[in-house]
This record gives sequence, C-alpha cells and structure tokens, in this order.
Amino acid sequence: MLRRFEIPLAFAKEGEEYEIVGINGGGGIRRRLEEMGIFPGRKIKLISNSAGPLMLGIGDNRIAVGRGIAFKIIVR
Amino acid sequence: MKGEIKEAQKEITVALIGNPNVGKSATFNALTGGNARVANWPGVTVEKKEGSFTFGDTKVNVVDLPGAYSLSPYSIDERIARDFILNEKPDIVVCIVDSTNLLRNLYLFLSLKELGARTILALNMVDLIEGKYSIDEKLMEELLKTPVVKTIATRNEGIDELKRKIIDYAREEAKHLVINYGEEVERALERIINNLARVNLPYNRRFIALKLLEGDPSIVDELRRIGQEELIEKTHLEASHLETILGSDIETYLIERRYGFIEGIVKRCVKRITTLEERLTISDRIDRVVTNKYLGIPIFALAMLIAFKLSFAVGGFFAEYIDQFFGWLGDSIASYLKHLPLLSSFVKDGLVSGVGTVITFLPNIFFLFLFLSFLEDIGYMARAAFVMDRIMYAIGLPGRAFIPMLLGFGCNVPAVMATRVIPDNRERLITILINPFMSCSARLPIYVLFASAFFASHHPSLVIFSLYILGILVAIGSAKLFRQFIPSLRGKVSPLIMELPPYRMPTWKGVIIHSWMRSKLFLKKAGTIILLGVIFIWLLASLPSGAPYASSETLAGRLGHLIAPLLKPAGFGFWQAGVALLMGVIAKETVVGTLGTLFGSEEKLTSILPNFFTPLSAYAFMIMSLLYIPCIATIGAIYRETGSFRWTLFSFIWSLFVGWSISVLFYQIGRLFLL
Repeated sequence: MLRRFEIPLAFAKEGEEYEIVGINGGGGIRRRLEEMGIFPGRKIKLISNSAGPLMLGIGDNRIAVGRGIAFKIIVR
Repeated sequence: MKGEIKEAQKEITVALIGNPNVGKSATFNALTGGNARVANWPGVTVEKKEGSFTFGDTKVNVVDLPGAYSLSPYSIDERIARDFILNEKPDIVVCIVDSTNLLRNLYLFLSLKELGARTILALNMVDLIEGKYSIDEKLMEELLKTPVVKTIATRNEGIDELKRKIIDYAREEAKHLVINYGEEVERALERIINNLARVNLPYNRRFIALKLLEGDPSIVDELRRIGQEELIEKTHLEASHLETILGSDIETYLIERRYGFIEGIVKRCVKRITTLEERLTISDRIDRVVTNKYLGIPIFALAMLIAFKLSFAVGGFFAEYIDQFFGWLGDSIASYLKHLPLLSSFVKDGLVSGVGTVITFLPNIFFLFLFLSFLEDIGYMARAAFVMDRIMYAIGLPGRAFIPMLLGFGCNVPAVMATRVIPDNRERLITILINPFMSCSARLPIYVLFASAFFASHHPSLVIFSLYILGILVAIGSAKLFRQFIPSLRGKVSPLIMELPPYRMPTWKGVIIHSWMRSKLFLKKAGTIILLGVIFIWLLASLPSGAPYASSETLAGRLGHLIAPLLKPAGFGFWQAGVALLMGVIAKETVVGTLGTLFGSEEKLTSILPNFFTPLSAYAFMIMSLLYIPCIATIGAIYRETGSFRWTLFSFIWSLFVGWSISVLFYQIGRLFLL
C-alpha cells in the first residue's frame, strides 16, 4: 500500500478509513477526545464530511466532532 | 437501640452510573418501580434522582448519578458522580453499560474499579446483540473481578438477578482489579504509594497515586490542603521522568493502556456470530439522510413543527377545559365568599387566575416534553444538535442550544429548563438569559388584539410575524453582546465532541415517565414562585381596600401613574398601559384582560384602543410586551436554573432595558418619518 500523507481530518475524504497519528491542541479537548476513544494509533472511518461537523466511526461507535477540532486531528 | 433496628432491617445505598444513553433511567425505574424523588445535587442544577426498593430484609436506597464517560474532574456531571462515590461511599456502585458498545462503555467501569468502588457490571440491552454477538459473562466476571449481570431494563429482565447480586456483593469482600501499566509506570506507582503511607486520605492509595501522575487537579488540591507539597513535587518529577522514557504524555499513555486492557477483555469475552452489524448499517443509512447537508435542517424543522403543532393541538384541547374549570372555580368561590369581598377577590383574581394560568399550560408542556423525550430516546436529538451546530456556531452558541430557543416559542419556562442539555456552564447561562426574547405563545393574544385593532387592513399576520423576528434578532444580539462584554461569559464556543447513539425504539412507559418527571418539576418550580408573585401583584391591584380591582386608585393604579411618564417616550404614557404591563408580569396574556378591565370590556377594546394609541404607538406597545420583564413563571425558572439571584436580577434588568430602549427608539424614529 502506498504510504499516505498526514493530513488534518477536516481534509479527509468521506467514506475512507484512516489511522490517527496525532492530536494537536490543548489538554481539555485532547482529554475529551481520548475518553471517546480518539487517540493516536486508532483506526477510524470518516462517515460524513460535508459542511459543519464531521461524523466518525470508531468500531461500532459514531462520534460527531466539530470542524474546528477536525483540523487538530491528524490522520494518515 | 439503633443497632437493633439495623439488625431487623438492613439498609444499604446503591449508586447507578453509566454513559449517556445506556438505559440508566430504565434501570432506575425497573429497580425502584419508577418512584423517584427528584431534586438537585447541592450547589448545582444537575438533577438528582433517588428511590428505593426492598429485597428480603434489606432496604436498598438507589441514587441515580449523572451520565458520565469517565470520572475526570473536568465536567460538572462527572465531578458529581466521582465526589459522591469518593465521599458518600455507597455500598455498591452499579455500572450500566450498553452491551452493543462495550469497548467505549467499559472505560467508565475501569475508572470505578481503579477508584476502589465496590462495582457490579450490568450488561444492559443484551436483546440488541442477540444473534449477532455472544458475551461470556462468566469469563468476564473472572477477568474483571466483578459480578456481572445481563439485563434488559426496559423489559424488566435480569432485574431480580441484579437485585440479588447487589445484596450478595454488599456482604462480601470487595474485589480489586489491578491494571498493569508496564514496568516503568508500575515502579513509579510503587514509589508514590510508599510515600503515601503517611498520608491520611480516605481513598484507595493506588487511585491517588494514579491521579497524581495524571496531574488530577482536585486530588492535587486535596493533598495541598493537608500540606503535602513535597509529595506533589516528587510525583511531578516522576511524571516528567516517565514522559521522557515513554516519549508521550503520561495521561495519554495511561488512557491508551486502559483501552488496551479493555480491548483484550472484549476480544476474549465477546464472540461475533455474524460479521455484519445490521443495526449499525440501518443506523448509518438513516444518518445519511437526516444529517445530510441539504436535507438535515428541513427534516429537523419539520420534526419540530410536527412536535409543536401536535402538542399544542392535543394540549390545547385539555387546556380549554382546565381554563373553563378554573373560571368556574373562581366564580363559585367568589359567590360563596361574597360577604368577604377582599378574600373573594384574592382567591378569584389572584390565586385561582394566577395558579390556573400556570396549570392551563401544563398539558401543552407535558405533550411537548412527551414528543421531545420520544425524539431524544430514539436517538434523534443528538443528530439535531449535529445538524444545528453549524448555524448556532455563527451565533456563538453550540448546536444543543437550539432546542431551548425553539421551545421558547411555546413557553419560556420549559425552555429555560431544557437548557440542561448544554454541558458548558457559560453557554447554558447565555441560552437562559436570551430565552425570554423568544416570543412565547402567551404573548400572542396581545399581538392579535393590537394587530386587529390597528393593522387590520395592513397584513396583520405580517405585523405579528415581524415581532417574532424581532425577538429572535434581539436574542441573537444579546448573546453576541454577552459574549463580548461580560467577562464571565466570554470565550469561544465549546467545540462539539458528541457520541451519536444508534437509533433504537424507546418504550412508551419510559418516555411517559421521562416527560412526567419533567412536567412535575415544572409545576413544583413554577408553583412556589408564581404563588408569591401572584399574591404580591394582587395586593398592589386591590389595596387600599374598597377601590375597584386594578383601578386608578389602587396601588397598582398609582404605580401605573408613576411609570406613565417613563412610557411617554414610547408613545403610550397613560396609566392604564402602565398597569397592564405591570399585570403582564404575572402572565403575559393578562395584559389583554387588564386592558379589558380598565377600558370597560374586552369585546369593545378594538374600538376603544384607537382613542389611546396610534398605529405607531400600538406597535411600540407590542415591542414592549414582547421584550420587557419575563413573566413570573419564567423569572422563577431562571432563578432555579441559574441558582443565582444576581443573574436573575440581571435578566430582569436587561430585558426591561432592552424592551424600553427599543420601543422608545422605534417610536421616536417612526415619528420622524410619519410627521
């Protein structure tokens, strides 16, 4: 498989699977994300990415994150 | 003596905890039979539910803790849950998890075990995994060192076994579960625990040590209070030393290890029977439609419109009868007490009409809550917040704030109560403060009266519509101003991170209990404050004795005279307008009734009003009615929900100021154009 570039989640494509490589940003947000199971190493599926918030699939969970946060989650 | 009673009937306390949407309320209802005392947790406006049941010779008190994802001290709900478990030390904590979602749900469970709580794990909603997964609960019991029960709370299944396990485990030795965090961390933990030997804190030592490594502010504060600066310093060094070895932030590392542990457990205990999760694909398919970029908002609008129309149609049916009943009650009491005119007036004009107004709203509110609870329980409300987040962001509020705003068009009281869905305190406060500007249905009679008297030939419905729009604009403007200029409300919109629960069919019983509890709260909260307000206004309108109710000679009339000059710049500087507005504070629809009393009769108002108002001042009066002081019930709700006298006073003053300035501005500017 080709090695993909690391991009902010906000630019990722709908329907594709990604691996989280890092979270930029403050402790509070990172902690909330981690509690929801969003942290480096996790595989996620981007369910929807149009205007406004994004919907992620982590295993069987569906989690909504605001667009602002999506810029801080770096995926590959 | 006390010992003997205890022997005869034992009493234990059980706390229920779980992530949001795992069926915690259903479990609570199944355990206690739905009988709950609802109150607030001390110092905050988070709902506290308590109930009890008896099993054998033991009375079990059940406390419902707020929904939580973990036990971090960073959100109010989670802090309440954690403080309760740490300080009140319930005999048993039942951690309820969604069986379809173990991976995420077990994180909270692990937090409980680490805290040293005597925990029982309830695998709820096992019906939803039937034929798809199988869970080996025996193995789970062993691996997690915890009694495990499978339940279907909505169908009362597994509840007896849960009760039995609660009683049994309360007698047994607590079982501890230790997660291995890897050699380096374990060694550091050991050192910290050794240092803690002399520290006297009533918690599990390993828990304190872990929290210290994580830099948990509330544990650090507690240690600081008992003079353990040195220990904090030492742990700090341990943490930064570990961070260099591990090459990552210690908190992140610990969370990853916990998830790693959970993944291991789930892999061993859960077997997939089918490879495809049907419920999920259906859920995703629904989501693709209801959260669609173009369809999402229209669908939400439609859902709300239906909820509104339906609840006001059904509620209105009952409201009419209730209204008639109170009319009859007032009249019959008045005729019964006719030799005591003061008392009879107090009962009829004050008590019965004031309290009656509130109860008249109850059916509307109950049905509105019913529909909203239904939408929430099927899982749609989380999607609505998702869809509205984009629009609300522009206003400076989160998506969840939209629902209370919308409810405001019905009645501001449940709307203010509905702000509880907003987790961030500042945002919740802003949403409460701007809510009275959403034009509630009680204000409609005022618009109808004035629009038909003055704008009958100029699209009266457009005139009325313009007032609703004005209310929305003032609400948005106020929100922006508060964010800008009030230091304690300043800040960015809290970012959206929210779980979207899979869709599921709720039980009617659950939905009805849910909405009845909220309605009861509305009655109780509104009731006490309204009663006081009603008595006060009635006194104003009937003293000194002998003067006709609310006439020029009464205190209210004199107050009307007093404030008339203040109303003059808005174009309606006569005492009757002052009295009507004053009475409107009881309930806004009273404005029309009062004008009727003062000008002779309600039926002739349309022909009399033009002698006092011009179309311009009539519109200014409508603006005033829309924006000035919220009604007593709303003030009461604001006070109860903010828990602060100062913010309630602020809301009072701000709305008065805004109402007065805008109606004066409108009248004065309008006069320039019309002259």
